[in-house]
Amino acid sequence: MLDITISRGTTVALSKAEFDLLLADLRENGYQTVGPRVQDESIVYADIQTLADLPRGVQTEQEAGHFRLMRGASNNYFDFIPAADSWKKFLFPPRVDLLTVRKGKGWEYVETETATPRYALVGVRGCELAAIEIQDKIFIRPDFYDPTYRLRREGLFIIAVNCLHPAGTCFCTSMGTGPKVQGSYDLCLTELDDVFLVEIGSELGRSLLSKRKYDLPSAFVQNIANQRLARAVQEMGRSLDTRDLPGLLTEPENLEAARWDEVAKRCLSCGNCTQVCPTCFCWDATDSVNLSATQASRTRVWDSCFNPAYSYVFGGNTRPTIRARYRQWLTHKFGAWKEQFGTLGCTGCGRCITWCPAKIDHVAEIAALREEVNS
Amino acid sequence: MTSLLPQSAPPTAGHPGKLIQPDWAEIVRITPETEGISTFWLRFIDPQVRERYHFQPGQFNMLYLPGYGESAISMSSDPEDEERLVAHTIRFVGTVTKNIGRLKVGDVIGVRGPFGTSWPMKQIEGRDLVLACGGIGLPPLRPAIYHIIRNREKYGKVTLLYGARTPKDLMYPDEHEEWQRHDIHMEISVDRGDENWDGRVGVVPMWFYNFRIDPRNTAVLTCGPEIMIRFVIYEGLARRIPAERIFVSLERNMKCGQGSCGHCQIGPYFICKDGPVFPFSVLQRYVNVEEY
Repeated sequence: MLDITISRGTTVALSKAEFDLLLADLRENGYQTVGPRVQDESIVYADIQTLADLPRGVQTEQEAGHFRLMRGASNNYFDFIPAADSWKKFLFPPRVDLLTVRKGKGWEYVETETATPRYALVGVRGCELAAIEIQDKIFIRPDFYDPTYRLRREGLFIIAVNCLHPAGTCFCTSMGTGPKVQGSYDLCLTELDDVFLVEIGSELGRSLLSKRKYDLPSAFVQNIANQRLARAVQEMGRSLDTRDLPGLLTEPENLEAARWDEVAKRCLSCGNCTQVCPTCFCWDATDSVNLSATQASRTRVWDSCFNPAYSYVFGGNTRPTIRARYRQWLTHKFGAWKEQFGTLGCTGCGRCITWCPAKIDHVAEIAALREEVNS
Repeated sequence: MTSLLPQSAPPTAGHPGKLIQPDWAEIVRITPETEGISTFWLRFIDPQVRERYHFQPGQFNMLYLPGYGESAISMSSDPEDEERLVAHTIRFVGTVTKNIGRLKVGDVIGVRGPFGTSWPMKQIEGRDLVLACGGIGLPPLRPAIYHIIRNREKYGKVTLLYGARTPKDLMYPDEHEEWQRHDIHMEISVDRGDENWDGRVGVVPMWFYNFRIDPRNTAVLTCGPEIMIRFVIYEGLARRIPAERIFVSLERNMKCGQGSCGHCQIGPYFICKDGPVFPFSVLQRYVNVEEY
C-alpha cells in the first residue's frame, strides 16, 4: 500500500478486485450488501455478494412506457440506468407489521422481536440519493418520526455511483440531483474500464477504504472521468423547465386548466408512477384477524393517491375522478411538496415516465400545462 | 410548515417509538344521542396516561377497534372534565364506527391523540362569536361551548346556529337550556319539521340575517357538512367578517394523525396536523377548486 493520507474528499483509484474485498469487509462488519441484479429482463435491488452479481456490460434503453436491457459497449458494472425498483423498499418497506393484539380481559399487545437490518447500498445514483434525502425530511421530523425508517436509515452505509450513461427518461440535471452525485454518502464511485475512482464521503468510508490497496488517480484518469461526466450531462434524455415551479402547479387558476381533462383521458389511475417513485411516501394501515377473532394485527402497506379509496370519507370520495387524482399527484410532487418539505418531490429519475403503461410523460405534461396557462 | 393555529403538544396517548400504537381506554358510559349516534365516555386504563392526557377544543383522537381499524373522531366533552373522562360522539356509518356502535360499557378500545389544531379560544377572546354547525358538526364544537361557559366574561355576544335534519336529530337537547342560561343565543333549525315542531325550518346559513353582527368584532367557528360550511363562509364574508376570523374544521380520510400517511392533504396542508381547524384565509385558495 502506498503511503497516502486519505481523508474525506480524497479520491483514490481502486481496482475492481479490491472493491470486492471491500464488499466482503462490509459484510463481515454486519452489513447486508444490496445492489443491482438482473432479474426478469429488468434490474432489481437485492442481496449481492460480489461484483459478479451485478449487471455487467448491461445498458438500458428507456422511453415513455418502454424499458429494455441491452448489451453495452463495455464490460462495466454501472452502465445501466435503474429500473422500476428503488432503494425506497429498504427504508420504507412495502409491508411492515405494526402491531398485534390478543384479546384477554381487554386487549394486550403481543410483543414481536424485529431485528433491524443494516444495509450497505451499492450503487446509489445521484437522483436516488436525493430521493433518500427527501424521504428523510418526511419520515424523520422534529415533531414526528417513523421508527422503522429511522432505525434503518441510521444504520445505512451508502456507496454512491456517478451516472455516465443517462437514459431517455432521465432529467436529473433539471432537478439538480445528478448525474454527478450531490448528497452525502460514505463512498462515491466513478467507474472506468479497469478501476473505480472512489471519493471518500465519511469517516466510516475512509476507515473501510484504508484497509484496501488503492492508488492516487493520475491526472489523466481523472480527466477521463470528468469528460465522461460532462458527456453524461449532454446525453440527458429529457429536460424540465423548473423556473416557474412550484407556482405553475399551485396557482388555483391552473388547477382548472383543460390539460387536466386531456391527460385524464389517457391516465389509467393504475398508480404505477407512485409505486416506482423513490419519494412517494403515502401509506395505508390494513387490519386482519385470526379465525377465532382472538388476535388482530395491523400492517402498513404502500398506498397511492391514485387509489379511489385513498380519499374516501363517509359520504363520498374527495377525488372521485382520474382528473382529480392525476392532478393531486402531479401538483403535490412538483408543487405543494415545496411548501411542505422545502424541496420539490421529484429528483428527475424518470421512473414514472418509463413505467407508465399509458406512456404519459410528466415532463411533457408540465410543459403542456405551461403552454396552456401562458397562452 | 409554520403553525397557523394553536398547535397541540405531542400526543400523550399512543406509544412514542411505535408508529401507530394506541393506549387502551375503557368505555365507562354510553349516552345514546339520536338514531345512529351515541356518545362514548372513555377512561384511560393506564393512570399515567389518564394524568398526562389533555386536549383542546376542536382536536381529535384516533380510536382503534382491533380487527376493524382506526377512525378519526373529535372529542365532544369538556376538556376540563372533573372525572378526566374523554367523550366522543360517534355516528355509526363506517366499518370502524358501526362496530364501535356494538360495544358495551366495560369494553376496551385503543386511543391515540390528541391530534391537530384547536379552536383558537385564546385568540378570539373579547370577540362576539358565531358558532355555526350542522348535524354531527356540533360535537366538535361542544368543548368550545363548555370553555366559553366557563370563561363567559371573556367573550362578547355568543350565537349558536345549529341545524339538524329533523327535530329527532337534534343533539344534546338536555343541555340547550343550560347553554342559553349562560347567555348563548341559539338559533335552532331543522330541514324537515314534524307535527310538534314550531321552530325554524331551513338551512343554517339562512339564520345569519336573524341577528345583528358587528363585523369588526365577530369571529365565526364552523363545522358540519362541507356544503353547509361553504355557505356559512359565504354568509360570513358577505357580512364583512374577515376570512382570518372565520374558522373552519375540515374532515378527510386519515390513517396516522401525524402528517405521515399522506391521505388528508389539501394543497400544502395535512389536515391532521395543520388542521383540522383552519382560518378560512389559508383555505381560500383551495376550497372552490373542484375535487381538490
